[in-house]
Amino acid sequence: MSPVEMNLEARFEAYVAEDKKIEPKDWMPDAYRKTLIRQISQHAHSEIVGMLPEGNWITRAPSLKRKAILLAKVQDEAGHGLYLYSACETLGVSRDEVLNDLHSGKAKYSSIFNYPTLNWADIGAVGWLVDGAAIMNQVPLCKCSYGPYARAMVRVCKEESFHQRQGFQIMLTMAEGTPDQKAMAQDALNRWWWPALMMFGPSDADSPHSAQSMKWNIKRFSNDELRQKFVDMTVPQAELLGLTVPDPDLRWNEARGHYDFGPIDWEEFFQVIQGNGPCNKERLDARRTAHERGAWVRDAAAAHAKKSAARRANTSETHAA
Amino acid sequence: MSSHEWPLWEIFVRSRQGLGHKHVGSLHAADAEMAISNARDVYTRRQEGVSIWVVPAAAITASSPDDKDALFDPANDKVYRHPTFYQLPDEVNHM
Repeated sequence: MSPVEMNLEARFEAYVAEDKKIEPKDWMPDAYRKTLIRQISQHAHSEIVGMLPEGNWITRAPSLKRKAILLAKVQDEAGHGLYLYSACETLGVSRDEVLNDLHSGKAKYSSIFNYPTLNWADIGAVGWLVDGAAIMNQVPLCKCSYGPYARAMVRVCKEESFHQRQGFQIMLTMAEGTPDQKAMAQDALNRWWWPALMMFGPSDADSPHSAQSMKWNIKRFSNDELRQKFVDMTVPQAELLGLTVPDPDLRWNEARGHYDFGPIDWEEFFQVIQGNGPCNKERLDARRTAHERGAWVRDAAAAHAKKSAARRANTSETHAA
Repeated sequence: MSSHEWPLWEIFVRSRQGLGHKHVGSLHAADAEMAISNARDVYTRRQEGVSIWVVPAAAITASSPDDKDALFDPANDKVYRHPTFYQLPDEVNHM
């Protein structure tokens, strides 16, 4: 490393230590840039792929009101993906590169979206648990050291709160409905609980990038801390619904002031990440197909833009003459 | 697959009459018209704006972070540009 670079690195470290923001044109270590590109692009991909399990129920929503709400939510997810892709591009990668990495399977997205939405209760459980866990992860990111990411997260968090509330309301309606409806709500909780806990990522001991990300102020809380916060917040909500969290080891620990909960099946988590979840292939195929089928639209719009620019140039020349 | 990426546009939104346009983010679009309509969908889904500017990102010239000291430090020692620099008698201190 040259003396100039050492100086820059020292200045960067000092900046981050003082909790100041790094902006796109500021000098930053390559590893910081790489970490952010990986994290922000995966976050964006999660928003985009996350539209698929919910989009599955738009045409079958039980009422026009629920359908309008679900449409608005799915449209928000697309918006969140776009805020994040543009934050990612400020780090010097192109949109095409980032999308190619998703479509080739090189880039990951949140493993939760590789589970299927089997019935309407799942839309409630996804909003309540999956968006609830996402908010828990995302709120601290509003203060992350990279300016464009932090600003995108502020917008995302503002919008995400409606997602969780509408999900809980679906669960509440079903839990207060017929015994069959309540059983559906319970079944959805049974299937989504553990995958939702896995959303916080591996245990701190098995999370190799965590320490560095904490040092860089990209991450503010450890995976296990956030997971515990989520459990503590969600268990009383399940009680309010009159539903049972599917964990025989779950109990309030007076001494710790937290809920104790049972062991997570990390084997399942790593299987899903490696591509062996119930819907990995379906999700990726759907993304690729949508991208390929949209190619002619992208080309046509580009051709149209080129033509009208040429026409405008022509007209102004004629006027000038 | 499309080989030419649509250009990048920076988006500015006036949140209400009386305020300036503020940078909110960026997006890709084939031309200015499409940039406006995409910006409406991406950045104003909750009545965040009454007016949108779209600017080709390539058309923006920005100052370099390396010049920060040279550009902005000279203002540092000119405290007399601020009203608090002037100690006045209590009788006129609301001036």
